[in-house]
Amino acid sequence: MKPFAYQAPTALQEAVAVLAAAGERARPLAGGTDLLVQMRRGLLAPDLLVDVKRVPELGQLGTGADGQLRIGAAVPLDRVGRHPAVRAGYPALADAAGLIGSVAIRSRASLGGNLCNAAPSADSVPALIVLGATALVAGSSGSRSLPVERFCTGPGQTVLRHDELLVALDLPPALPRSGSGYLRFTPRGEMDIAVAGVAAWLLLGEDGRVAAARIALGAVGPTPLVATEAAQALVGRAPTEEALAEAAALAQAVARPIEDVRGTAAQRRHLVGVLARRALAAALERARGEGGDGR
Amino acid sequence: MADRVRVQARVNGRVAEFLCEPRQSLLECLRDILHLTGTKEGCSDGNCGACAVLLNGQLVNSCLVLGVEVDGQEVTTIEGLAGADGLHPLQQAFLEHEALQCGFCTPGMLLAAKALLDRTPNPSEGEIRRWLAGNLCRCTGYDRIVAAVQDAATRMQRS
Repeated sequence: MKPFAYQAPTALQEAVAVLAAAGERARPLAGGTDLLVQMRRGLLAPDLLVDVKRVPELGQLGTGADGQLRIGAAVPLDRVGRHPAVRAGYPALADAAGLIGSVAIRSRASLGGNLCNAAPSADSVPALIVLGATALVAGSSGSRSLPVERFCTGPGQTVLRHDELLVALDLPPALPRSGSGYLRFTPRGEMDIAVAGVAAWLLLGEDGRVAAARIALGAVGPTPLVATEAAQALVGRAPTEEALAEAAALAQAVARPIEDVRGTAAQRRHLVGVLARRALAAALERARGEGGDGR
Repeated sequence: MADRVRVQARVNGRVAEFLCEPRQSLLECLRDILHLTGTKEGCSDGNCGACAVLLNGQLVNSCLVLGVEVDGQEVTTIEGLAGADGLHPLQQAFLEHEALQCGFCTPGMLLAAKALLDRTPNPSEGEIRRWLAGNLCRCTGYDRIVAAVQDAATRMQRS
């Protein structure tokens, strides 16, 4: 690795100021499981790493007075996936956080890092999207928040400017009679990257019909994709197997998969249908209180 | 050479102080500066687990941690696993079950198994296999490793 300087600020404003001063030559460091690999391969060669793990705002995890769950951007996936509030109210995120890499990776890799790395196959991003998460961003000219579905702009590309830092992910209060799930396909059972992944969220009305739904797809486009029409087709209907299968077919139409070493476009489109049906079924089971918390 | 940074950490229960460049991984610091060569370098990209150590009790790949990041933290390497009164029950079980051949993966495998038993004292076979998925072994086929971890778990619960 090319030599670089290292700073570990302990306050958010300090971290933002350091990043702003260094411009394109600096990179924030959280878990490092993507960044250090990319640097070792020579894909990135920053002059300065700004370790953000000592910034309190990036390490917080808990429910605020407004009922929102706030997850600091540098919180490791292991802590996210095992947190009782995540498992109870946001099981799609617990599913995804428990699938990424190995135990040793999940001890370090952060939720914010998975989003900022912006891999099209990032497991946590479809889950965050269906759960309605917003990204809180701090910059030298103030802070802003935006829906996670607008965060990634292409493979490895995000809306973040060089003087901006992802601070936290905010998840709206978990509603009664709601449930969610994330499923992916990998040739190996562990330590693999999704060929395709689907997250689903359902809210049931008191009559048991679908009151609201969201579906998001991973690894079948340059960014995670939102299957709006597929989800909308469920609203007002009884969540029968036929209804879920119809929504899954509509989700397939949204996929824009490429062919690569992990799978063909046809296989990926097929997988979206299978995974969407199963993710919706998992979300339904959890919305009915049958599925328990995350796996 | 970039400026070196002073790092003070607790390594295997003792204070260790060293100078390193920010680009040096914890793995390099352990092996080349502190001469704790029980931790092995395999892939250097987080896939194989040969360099696994415990950082504040959590299993990590030391190739993906910078030496400067462990300032003020607590690190346990394979050299710190055995107690004053002899081998750790996991080490004893690995020997008795012949859960190693070339031995290159063994330090990481043992620390991964320790992290598992610290969290889940009585894991199922499936839990052991899933937990150890980040530690590659090209010799044993894993069955003996799984049996050794199960046996160590049983012994540790009895004692």
